[in-house]
Parts: sequence; C-alpha cells; structure tokens
Amino acid sequence: MLEHIELFFKSIFIDNMVFAVFLGMCSYLAVSKKVATAVGLGAAVIFVLGVTVPLNWLLDKYLLQDGALVWLGPEYADYDLSFLSFILFIATIATMVQLVEIVVEKFSPSLYNSLGIFLPLIAVNCAILGGSLFMQARQIETLGLAFNYGISSGIGWFLAILAIAAIREKIRYSNVPAPLRGLGITFIITGLMGIGFQSFGGMLTGGDDAAETPVDDTTAKKIEKEKELKKEIDENEISYNDVIKE
Amino acid sequence: MALLSKKDTNLILDPLADNNPITIQVLGICSALAITAELKASVVMALAVIFVLGLGNVVISLMRNIIPSKIRIIVQLIVVATLVIIVDQVLKAFAYELSKTLAVFVGLIITNCIIMGRFEAFALGNGPWRSFLDGIGNALGYGVILVIVGFFRELLGSGTLFGYPVFGDPIAKTGLYSTGYENNGFMIIPPAALIVVGIIIWVQRSRNPDLVEEN
Repeated sequence: MLEHIELFFKSIFIDNMVFAVFLGMCSYLAVSKKVATAVGLGAAVIFVLGVTVPLNWLLDKYLLQDGALVWLGPEYADYDLSFLSFILFIATIATMVQLVEIVVEKFSPSLYNSLGIFLPLIAVNCAILGGSLFMQARQIETLGLAFNYGISSGIGWFLAILAIAAIREKIRYSNVPAPLRGLGITFIITGLMGIGFQSFGGMLTGGDDAAETPVDDTTAKKIEKEKELKKEIDENEISYNDVIKE
Repeated sequence: MALLSKKDTNLILDPLADNNPITIQVLGICSALAITAELKASVVMALAVIFVLGLGNVVISLMRNIIPSKIRIIVQLIVVATLVIIVDQVLKAFAYELSKTLAVFVGLIITNCIIMGRFEAFALGNGPWRSFLDGIGNALGYGVILVIVGFFRELLGSGTLFGYPVFGDPIAKTGLYSTGYENNGFMIIPPAALIVVGIIIWVQRSRNPDLVEEN
C-alpha cells in the first residue's frame, strides 16, 4: 500500500511529466489557451495513460523483456525482443486510442463530445509514449503499480496544463513585452513553475534525513541545514538523471 | 544546372531561422529539452533527428499515393518507429555511454511532433527529393536550437564544453588559467532549458518584429 501512495505522489509532483521530463509539451503549448479545452485534453490524457501503461506493462512482461517468452516453453528462454518495444508500444497506443474513440462514441456521446476531438491528437502525444517508456525504464514491478503510474502521471500532466491555461487566460490582461507575447512568456512561466515543482523533490526523502541530524547549537544547525539542502538538490539531480542513465 | 535550385535552397534555409520548427512552429519540444544539459547529447540528438526526419520524409513521400488516408497516422508511426529503432540500436552498439544518457528520449523521437508534422504537411504532398530537403532543413532548424541551448547550459552550468573544462576551477582542471567563474547549478536543472528557449524566442522576435504574436 505504502509503495502505491509513494509512487502516486512521486509521479504527480516529483517526476511531473511536464516540469521534470518535458513530455507532451507540444499539446501542452498548443491547447493551453483556454481552461475548458485544457481540462478536456487533460482528462483524455489521464484516461489514455490509465489504459495504455498497464497494457504495455503486460506486453513488456510477457513478450518483450529478456527471457519473457519462457511461458511458451523452456526453449524460448533465450529470446530478448526488447528492441521491438518502440514499435509495439506505439502500435498499442495508436490502436487503443482508435478503439477508445470508437467505444466512447458508441456508448457515451456526451463524453465523446467533450473528449472525442482530443483523442486523435493524443496518439502522437509524447506524454503517452513517454509514460510507457518510463514504465519500462523504471522497471515497475506489478500490474497494479503500472496502472497507478499511468493514472498518476496523467494527473500530474493534467495539473500542469490546467495551471498554465489559467495563467495564460489571466496574462492576456498584462503588458508583456511584444517579442515575448504568446510563446515566449509561456516558456518562461513554465520554467518558473518547473522551479517551483523542483521543491517537491525533498518530499519523500527529506523527512528521514532531518530526523538523523543531531541537535547542536544554532549555527551548526544552520550549516547542517544548508548542507542538507545542497545534498537534496544534488539528490534530485540524481533521481532525475538516474532515470535517464539507468 | 546547379545542384539545388533557389526554391530547394529555401526549403533548407527557411526552417533555420524565420520558420524554425521550435521557436516559430512550436513543434518537437517534447523530447528535446530534457537532454540539453550536455552539448554532446544535444548534438547526437540533433543528428538522430536529421537522420530520422530526412529518411522518413523520403519513405512517406514515396508511399504517399498508396497510403489510404484513414490509416495514414498508423503507417507514419510505424515508419518513424522503424527508423528510430535503427538509431537506437546503432547508438547502443557504437556509443553505449551516450545511449544510456539519452535513454528513453531516443524512443521519444517517435512522437516528436516535428516528424509527424512534416509528414502531414509536406511529405504527403511532395516528391521524394523535395521532401528529403524539407526533412533535412527542418531537422537542422531543430538541431540548431538544441545545440544553442546545450551550449549555454553546459558552459554556464558545468563550465565545460563537450566535457572539456572551460570555466570553473580551471587551474585544477585545465592547468592553464583561472576565470573565477562559479558553476551555476540552476542551468543544469530541467526548468532552465525552458527559460533558455524562452530567451532565444525573445531575442529572435525582437530582431524580427514580423514574428511577434498578437496575444
């Protein structure tokens, strides 16, 4: 249970799709002019991630990983099909998106009206493929965790696009320097929001470190705290980089 | 006749500046920015995209008359995915360390919006040679931004270029000189990439007021 909660908050805040790894930036920038459309796209992303990540987890576990084909018989134990993962993942995503679109259109026309137009856009959204690829890279262990990961990274993306859409609606009334208007200021605001989200980095590790430090006089404490802060920043770098490196 | 007519030259040169895929068309930011903390990774990423977009445009352009328009997205995705797998396997074979650094971001070239965008907007309606030039041009425009961002982030953030020390504490590192520059850790964190691109857009648009958006 604890690992579920940890993964949930980690995917939403610390490894936020937009602010930590820049996934889905194209639609994030293109569809964030109004809050209403941003909510629609965000909901569609949560939905599709929740479907495709567990599905790709199953594919990875029983088809692609080194030795995954062993369930067919011991003679297949040596096969490693992981080089096929890109093409299989993207094919799954494209078909799932089409399928979801057809099913939603058939059974819930009202949902289709609000989500439907975004679904084709989503097949080529990097956040979706990124979700599956990071799921593979982080070696998520169970199907439940994979589902959790899909949903929570979707929520993280939803939060990000909602926030930027709200800001962009307001910024229309501000006097932004002409060359920065539109795209430029959106980039810079996203960068600033990303810096804000960086501070969530200590959320899951910070508590333990603080408990271990012995209580000294105030100056020593201050130095300790500064050291910790530096360490935390370094650790965040690592936690972000080791995903890339490992 | 020259190898490239004037029109063809424009296909390559336009995306480098006034029709840049990243700063003007707002495409392909997705997989780009996360890897620009190092110049080397940026250059390799740019080369990978040039390869995939150049060849992909040719393939799609050759098949443009036989692809049914209803399933064209899936066909395009399969073509890109195949090319990206080639890139990934080549990187793993010849530059293993680098492929570790780039990791999933090589895979994310598949959903790079520039690629799908160029397939849709150009390769489906033009011949192979022009599509090839268009692909190379757009990928170069993308690469230029990546390299600029990578250059500033690595130089100011780590005080190195391609891993060779330039700033920092150079007496220890280079044995030659000291600039007294302290590495700016801010440039290494992911949000710095966005701000650097924002500044590039600012500079470009103040030099060319035609590009300024209304709102």
